[in-house]
Amino acid sequence: MTPDNQPATLSVSRRTRTKNRVRRDVFVGWMYVLPALFMYAVFVLVPFLLTIFYSFHRWNGVGPMTWVGLKNYATVFTVPDLIGTIFHAFWLVVWFSFIPVGLGLVVASVINRIAQGKFGEVARTFLFLPYVIPLIAAGIIWGWLFSLSGLINQFLSLIGLGSITRAWLGDFNWALSAVGIIGIWVLLGFCTVLLSTGISKIDPALYEAARIDGSDWFSEFFAITIPLLKQEISVCLTVTVILALATFDIVYVATAGGPGNATSVPGLQIYILAFAQRNIGVASALAVLLMLLVIVIILPIQRLNRESKI
Amino acid sequence: MKIGRGELFTGRALLVVLMVFTVLPFISIFMTALHPSGTVPGGLDWPAHPQWNNFVEAFKVANMSTLIVSSVRIVLMVVPIALVISTMAGFAIGLLRIPGSGLLLTLFVFGLTLPFQGIIIPIYILERALHIYNTKVAIALPLIALYMPFGVFWMRAHFVNMPIEISEAARVDGATIWNLFRRIHLPLAQAPIASLGILMSIWTWNQFLLALVLVEDPTQRTMAGALGAFQGHYATNVPLLCAGTIIILVPTLLVFVLFQRQIIKALLQGAVKG
Repeated sequence: MTPDNQPATLSVSRRTRTKNRVRRDVFVGWMYVLPALFMYAVFVLVPFLLTIFYSFHRWNGVGPMTWVGLKNYATVFTVPDLIGTIFHAFWLVVWFSFIPVGLGLVVASVINRIAQGKFGEVARTFLFLPYVIPLIAAGIIWGWLFSLSGLINQFLSLIGLGSITRAWLGDFNWALSAVGIIGIWVLLGFCTVLLSTGISKIDPALYEAARIDGSDWFSEFFAITIPLLKQEISVCLTVTVILALATFDIVYVATAGGPGNATSVPGLQIYILAFAQRNIGVASALAVLLMLLVIVIILPIQRLNRESKI
Repeated sequence: MKIGRGELFTGRALLVVLMVFTVLPFISIFMTALHPSGTVPGGLDWPAHPQWNNFVEAFKVANMSTLIVSSVRIVLMVVPIALVISTMAGFAIGLLRIPGSGLLLTLFVFGLTLPFQGIIIPIYILERALHIYNTKVAIALPLIALYMPFGVFWMRAHFVNMPIEISEAARVDGATIWNLFRRIHLPLAQAPIASLGILMSIWTWNQFLLALVLVEDPTQRTMAGALGAFQGHYATNVPLLCAGTIIILVPTLLVFVLFQRQIIKALLQGAVKG
């Protein structure tokens, strides 16, 4: 379809005709992209730029807008409750991302080694279930499990740890980590299935050779599985890190940011600042920082992905 | 193959423990939902007299029939439009390879990294200005747009792998681009379009933040959005809350079990190619 494909001996008139046809094809081609591009531009790209624009202003959403330069950013960095949300998000990355990916790697390699049949299949399906339900349902379920009379405390009492039972999501020291456990529950299956698919693409001869040499699970895991799964690992990290940094639903229903501000995350704080306190400027500054943070963390992971392809 | 008995046992035990960790929460809310409304039972107690009626009551007080109609309507607005326009864009970028394809793809993929919270404020302000705030359209339009990065990316991945000979033969025979799209490539793209449609339906059903911000009236929301409002009203009535939660999550589990293969494939390929 490109001019290069045409034989060099075309007569002039045919060449012009071809050129016209190519030009028309390009035009028609762009018409196919236009609806998607239009929707994307109006409801994603423009709002993205507007968020940046708002972040330099003081505005309550209806009245006049005042230019304040970087003042909103200064506010985010100096008010402990606001900058604190960023630290909370980092802590959640450990639970939503590092643990599911690490544990998912172990589970996927165990399935590959000892449960390639029906049992492994069933295990993967089960672990995946929490990923498809609404996150807000996950929040409600665990809100109940972590409550005083809930399953977690019942279990702790059963194994003789009755003394440490508490309302976990209401505890200043434990609430954020308890939210993190909800993240493991939701994301472990996704990571396991993705990594498991990756392992199934590794040449089985590698594992067989290792086993003939009598290698155990540990050496197989570190010498074959992890190095050859770099691409899948980086994908898992990318998806889960974005989810961790941008958590909203789970925190909104399970703790609403409490107790105090112990579980407040950027996503929730943006919502409160913008829609409860009508402080569009600071909310937008926090939103811009959140988007920057995502990109700053994702880029090195993507580089890992690219290197592994060479 | 030499796998020791100890290892076999440890491995199986690990899998069983994690499966229990995954499933017990579902069992716990199910048992809780069967206790008398308003009581606070233990986490895993089978009630003496199971109150199956709780599901009926949750269905009634949460206005579930209205909600299901509302959610299904939103899904029916969002998914067909999103499928059509992302398939067309994926076709132009992946198969026609119009000039600027690389740039367009980068632009769409950029959207994959954007958290919704980053753009929700201007969307809210924009919709107030357009007077569509607090309607189903208010959720539908931004959702269609938000699915474009994944949709275009996913359909492009399909079209870019189609052998070029098919299109060239058709073009030599004088087929227009429309015929090439409609008669040849659309029928061949049925599988990826179906997977994408299933995913978009689940995402729409589960969408919470947009519903919460853009629609004040819970009966106009998606299912997940309505569940948020329900939780606000019945936070203290644990059995009823659990019954309502089950009603709302069962459809997603059913769809998953029915279309498990397509869903997993779509999610994984979409992720890996990203």
